[in-house]
Amino acid sequence: MERKVIDAQDVVIRFTGDSGDGMQLTGTLFADASALYGNEISTFPDYPAEIRAPQGTVSGVSGFQVHIGHKDVKTPGDLADVLVAMNPAALMANAKFAKPGGSIILDEDSFDAQGLEKAGFKTNDPIAELNLKDYNVIWAPITTMTKESLKDSGMDQKSIVRCKNIFTLGMCYFMFSRPLNFTEDYLRKKFAKKPDLIEPNIKVLNDGYNYAHNIHAIGNTYTIAPANQEPGIYRSINGNQATAWGLIAAAEKSGLPMFVGSYPITPATAILEELAIYKNLGKGVKTMQCEDEISGICTSIGAAYAGNLAVTTTSGPGLSLKSEAMGLACITELPLVIVDVQRSGPSTGIPTKTEQTDLAQALYGRNGECPVMVMAARTPSDCFRAAYYAAKFAVEHMMPVIFLSEGYLGNGSEPWKIPSMSDFPAINPPIVKSCEGKFKPFERDAKTFVRQWAHPGTPGLEHRVGGLEKSPNGAVSSDPEVHEMMVANRAAKVEKLADFIPALEVIGDKDAETLLVGWGGTYGHIYTAVNQLNAEGKKVAFAHFDYINPLPKNTAEVFGKYKKIVVCELNSGQFVDYLRAKLPQFKYLQVNKVQGQPFMVHEIVDAVKAF
Amino acid sequence: MKYTQQDFKSDQIVKWCPGCGDHAILAAVLRAMPEICEKTGLTKEQFVFVSGIGCSSRFPYYMNTYGFHGIHGRAGALATGIKVANPNLSVWQMTGDGDSLAIGGNHFIHEIRRNIDINIILFNNRIYGLTKGQYSPTSRFGTVTKTSPYGTVEYPFTPGELVLGARGTFFARSLDSELALNQDIMLRAALHKGTSVMEMLVNCVIYNNGTHADISDREVRAEKTIVLKDGEPMIFGKNRDKGIMLDGLNLKVVKLGENGISEKDLLVHDSKADNFGIHSMLVNMKGPDFPVALGVIRDVADKSYEESVAAQVEDVRAKAKIQTMDQLLTSGATWTVK
Repeated sequence: MERKVIDAQDVVIRFTGDSGDGMQLTGTLFADASALYGNEISTFPDYPAEIRAPQGTVSGVSGFQVHIGHKDVKTPGDLADVLVAMNPAALMANAKFAKPGGSIILDEDSFDAQGLEKAGFKTNDPIAELNLKDYNVIWAPITTMTKESLKDSGMDQKSIVRCKNIFTLGMCYFMFSRPLNFTEDYLRKKFAKKPDLIEPNIKVLNDGYNYAHNIHAIGNTYTIAPANQEPGIYRSINGNQATAWGLIAAAEKSGLPMFVGSYPITPATAILEELAIYKNLGKGVKTMQCEDEISGICTSIGAAYAGNLAVTTTSGPGLSLKSEAMGLACITELPLVIVDVQRSGPSTGIPTKTEQTDLAQALYGRNGECPVMVMAARTPSDCFRAAYYAAKFAVEHMMPVIFLSEGYLGNGSEPWKIPSMSDFPAINPPIVKSCEGKFKPFERDAKTFVRQWAHPGTPGLEHRVGGLEKSPNGAVSSDPEVHEMMVANRAAKVEKLADFIPALEVIGDKDAETLLVGWGGTYGHIYTAVNQLNAEGKKVAFAHFDYINPLPKNTAEVFGKYKKIVVCELNSGQFVDYLRAKLPQFKYLQVNKVQGQPFMVHEIVDAVKAF
Repeated sequence: MKYTQQDFKSDQIVKWCPGCGDHAILAAVLRAMPEICEKTGLTKEQFVFVSGIGCSSRFPYYMNTYGFHGIHGRAGALATGIKVANPNLSVWQMTGDGDSLAIGGNHFIHEIRRNIDINIILFNNRIYGLTKGQYSPTSRFGTVTKTSPYGTVEYPFTPGELVLGARGTFFARSLDSELALNQDIMLRAALHKGTSVMEMLVNCVIYNNGTHADISDREVRAEKTIVLKDGEPMIFGKNRDKGIMLDGLNLKVVKLGENGISEKDLLVHDSKADNFGIHSMLVNMKGPDFPVALGVIRDVADKSYEESVAAQVEDVRAKAKIQTMDQLLTSGATWTVK
């Protein structure tokens, strides 16, 4: 068979297998090697809640999708050009994600009668059963070949079989003309303390590569030219890491010590884990794994009172538990960053899957009138910006700020042009060191309505804060007029933030009649959909919201230019409902999805065409 | 700096009911403060009084110090954050039996487990006062209240037992009206590095009047309580004729002079004993057979959490290769696009 090398614009690969098969690592290594090669990349880990579900069953299937391309890679891709399935269950669960006519690589060794039965196949012909005849199915005896490759390695049989993911990775490197050296270096580093494992892993990687080269089942191979990226130093970063780093960056810039009170919860835990490493940065980063979510936020509120940049990180159910304390942060007017990495709900929902269903909770989910700033991030690396500004606004405006991240952003990764700290604006908290007469904690700046921050330990500024309503001088007050004034002032303080956030920008067709609107992690999908629609001559434009409360000042002005406004989000319409309440003069259409999965670009394209 | 109790008094009108035991605790705290400052070198601005919700939780408003009146049950978590964020502060947690043993039970046991240097005054009146008289986790079995019109059918916590079970390093117990003893206890707590729990048996005149009267009434107090003093044999009674002695693995009340028993046969109090076996038995002494133990029952040294946290930050600072955000950003696997 003549083998062609195809120059592709972009390719999507989906690695799937048992949750113990190392698919997340395989996908990450492939993505990182591609990023180093100079491609644009976007990744999407899709893993089950169970750490090790029964082997070979559909519930234990773990997946990792990588999209690599020459330019404009903004999403992990809709359907996979190449699906790797390490066992029958992985094929069963993921065949629907394979692009018609694409390639499917299967580990032949795992497709025995028992494996097929465990996966729920009714016949011994999975290809026919799933109607995959039109796909290029590559049957490879991956387990056998891995055993053969490592038979002289001195490793035990179990450890040898565990290397089959690296063999598979080698095969994919051949198919997509990836360099091996990055992964070889990685393996040397990873096994630095177990040098016996370095050479076998490098060998099995190369053997996989050579095997793919030698067999005829693999038809064409692909090259994907490096992207025309802006010059600079790049790294790969995921959203949770970027969030942690953005927070530390803000702490360093502000000169404030940082305190993080959190409780482990999927998919936010990695932020706490990351912050726990860098204790020494800035004025110090103290992280506390608290006894519960409520303690997470309450220790943080205490730390904020004591003068730290205080942060609590969580996911949806944890945000519910923190509701009452958010009210305390609001009424005491203390700075606090609350990061919510949204996941599928209600209740435990589908904990490892992504959604944008906490928006209403973030906006309204507290007793009394309790406005807080609510903001979001577009992409994994954009979490750095979002976290930085969440901290900046919290400490400069003395209020809780909710940064809504998403499982999709937190776990997804992309190349990131490394910024310099000098690119970021100063952070100037309103710290007060002395005053004439008695300190009045709730007196405000006339323009911003921000109160001053007196840190305990400062002589002469002794004062009390608390959950009871207070008059501006700090005394407890149940006076009706005072209460109404304080409610209004706290709300006005949030509204006044609109003077400090960037205006809403519009991209896409200049003569568009239809405006697509999104917020948060749907940016890449909507962006790609708009590009496709524009390429097809459809007059659409796109505005994406990084700030939700308050809305950018020019929102009404932007909306006024379009006949149709289509709000796309991964919930049943929470942002569109908010817009309807805030800007009722416009009519809104909506595109929604609540499946625990990101949008597929074609879903947005199809929906917009149908309007 | 020399202080008087007036320096610590706020200008707010104290709004507890006339006759409430909380007034006496406030009086003791105000009296204790100047001496605490003298002995510790603390200054007024270093004190933070933190509370949750309940009658006793109004306390911070009555102190002219930094203060935080929190939400129900969360005083422990707020205090923890304040102390960890700034270990130079002297943090006092004012809380009740409902606040810390019911809704805030989790924070209470974990701050004790971590041994954070917080001084907790636990106002135990065995009732929910601010919500107008419902039973609490320390109400006796059978207590009749508005939510238990036929009597409770649950057993109460003994707070000291909970503290020891959570590996507490300091526990003291006293009565609201024991002003001098309470001042002593507060000073000992301030000097103790780690979580200090001071259980104050306070009377609620409105909803649970006389709940501690069986031991606190002047006529019976000397017979029904014993004030423990380090290094001294455990003697009590109006005529100081009774004592506590170890009998096998149990405690026993004995009469001095009877059966040849003299002072030297009695237990000598040692709050510093690491093994909490005796402390546990002392904490659990109850009538009618035993006097209730007052004073500092346990006071042992251990590492405090906030110091370990701060030390770890310094340790990492000394060793870490990455010291700035710019260094972190460019660390690890990076590549250059030209």
